[in-house]
Parts: sequence; C-alpha cells; structure tokens
Amino acid sequence: MNDITRQLRERARQLLQEGTVDCVIGYAQGSVPMQEQPFFAYTPEEADKLVWTGFCTNNLANFLIKRSGKNAIVAQGCVSRNIVGLIKENQVQRENVYILGMHSPGMLDAHKVQNHFHGRTIVQVEEEGQDIIVKGMDFEERLPRKKFKRDNCFTCTHRNAVLYDEFIGQEGPQTGGGNIDNVAAPWEKLDSDERWAEFEETFKDCIRCYACRNVCPLCYCDVCFVDENNPQWVGKSLHEPDVYTFHILRAFHCAGRCTDCGACESACPVGIKMRRLTSKIEKDIRQLYDYQPGLDLETPAPLSLYRPNDPDVAE
Amino acid sequence: MFARRRFVVLKDLLEYIGIEPGRVFFSWISSAEATKFQATAKKVVEQVRELGPATRLVKDIRKEAA
Repeated sequence: MNDITRQLRERARQLLQEGTVDCVIGYAQGSVPMQEQPFFAYTPEEADKLVWTGFCTNNLANFLIKRSGKNAIVAQGCVSRNIVGLIKENQVQRENVYILGMHSPGMLDAHKVQNHFHGRTIVQVEEEGQDIIVKGMDFEERLPRKKFKRDNCFTCTHRNAVLYDEFIGQEGPQTGGGNIDNVAAPWEKLDSDERWAEFEETFKDCIRCYACRNVCPLCYCDVCFVDENNPQWVGKSLHEPDVYTFHILRAFHCAGRCTDCGACESACPVGIKMRRLTSKIEKDIRQLYDYQPGLDLETPAPLSLYRPNDPDVAE
Repeated sequence: MFARRRFVVLKDLLEYIGIEPGRVFFSWISSAEATKFQATAKKVVEQVRELGPATRLVKDIRKEAA
C-alpha cells in the first residue's frame, strides 16, 4: 500500500469517527484490474477500503449531484475543478462538501496497457515509483509508467486540487509536461473532406452505451436529450447520423464547462477518443474568451455572457 | 443566456468535423427588418445551392428500414 492511500484512509476514518462527514466518496479496488471503482465509505471501518492509485480515472464530482448529507470527496485537480463548476451551476452546495485535495501523478490508461499485451489477460498491475509492474497468469513485466499515461494527463495544467478543505500528501508539479496547443483540435490543419473522414473514423465504433455521458459530471439533466421521446431530438438507432449527432451534441453541451478530466475516454468500452472533439471546444473557449473551466468560484461561465468586442460570425 | 458566443462555438465545431463552411449561417435580424431578412434568406439559399446537396449527417430513412 502506498503512502497516500495510508494517509487517505487515516483521515477518512477520523472524519467519519468525528462525524464531520456522513460519507467519504473515494476510490476502491475494482473487481477487475486497472478499473478502480467509486466507493462510498459510511463507517470508519469502510474507510480501509479506500485506495489511491494510477487508475483512479472516474470523476467523483459526478456523485455529489443530488446527494444529501455532508460528504467528503477525494479530489485531484480535474475533479476539484468539476466540483467548482457544480458549485457555480448550483448543483452542489459548498458547505455540504468536504474536499480532500489530492495531487494527481497523471493517471494511467487501461486501454494503453491492455493494448501493449495484445489481448493477453492481465491479472494485476502494481505501481512502483516511475514504473508499473504488470502481472498475468504466466508473465510479469516492468514498464515505464510514463508510456501508459492518459493523453489528457500529459497536457494537464492543474494536477493539484484547486479548491480543498485539506490536502492529502504534498502538492506536486502542476503540469504533465505536454502542451495542450500541440495536440488540441488535431483536425484543424486538414481540409473539410479529410476532417469528415477523421470524424467518421473516430466515432464509427460507438455502440451508444452512453458510458461517456454517464461518467461525466457535467451531464446532470433530469432527462437527457438522447432519452427524451417527446420531442425526440435525436434518433435512437445505430445509423451513423444518429450516432454522430449524439457525439456532436454531447460535446457541445460541455462547451465552456469541460475540464478535460478524460473520464469519458477512460469509460469507453471500445476506446473512442472523444477528446479529439471536446479539445476543439476547449481550445475555442480558451482562445476566444480567455477562460478555463473550474479554476475559481467567481468568474462567470463564458457562454452566459458576451462582450461587444467578441469575435463575430454573423455576416 | 446569449446566442452570440454559443453560435460561434457551434459553427466552429461543425466546420471542424467537416461540415462545409457556408452551410451553417447565422445573422441578427430584428422583426422590423423585412428587407434584411429577404436579402439574407436569398444569400443563404444561393450559397447553399452552390455547395449542392448535403452528404454529411444526412439520415436516409430507407436505409434504416431495410
């Protein structure tokens, strides 16, 4: 067990014992390797199930929505930014949440690890400093952690929680080393036909399971536009235009709100890279309106305002 | 809520995925500006006619039924 996990369990236990919070929302070991699962600890004993590893890829902010009582939550940079967003959008009340700030070392991409072993069954993955040790039934391999980091963690600029009640462990470097402008909106340099070809290629395998929507802390509408029947906004078939419309609208709904936490890509069972779409919007919002979501509680949402000197598209 | 910024972002997104520039159009026209409305509608129709029928994001119901 790593040091941060030990500290986290200790603090979670104390918070539950003192009655400071009713529940601690964190991650626990999943039933399959490389899939840590969201976990709700209600008793001091349950706090011992909490873990902090490189596979904590779910965005826990999602679980604060419509939740009663006082909850503590494990929050690395992106998760804390989504909590800020939810507070600003009046979905979460600041006084009802106790944020356990974390430093993210850059989370790992289970798809990348799995692909490295070409379908061989992985039984366990351990982390040791800058390496990961992957174990299967009949093999064991030590690999550099860096090679398997999630794409969004490379270009992260806020690895430490931006808002917290207490910090677990030490604050660390803020950036992942990559420059978002070098990778965001990858199709911009292509012409219209090539862009469409790339778009189709990226989304053609979608099975419309909606895992990307369900893990997203921005998706909290009572009835999602894809589930609505009257009116029906988008067809429910697997016919390409319906699938593409779903992805275009899903991305657009996140405009000015997406923190690039990467939960959508991590949750996708077929490995779709939806950040190729969302990164375009994130870039537009950043460059046109000088805004990055979830950094503070004060700045108003960029799409809820305008300024007379905004770049225009009319005429 | 304002349409202005939303439309900039949406138009940019649609062109980014390969919807041809010129197929998506936005303008500010007041209910008192009939001439402007007429001129704009004419311009849009001409522009789209030049691009020809849309081939992307078109739902063919016959294909679905088959």
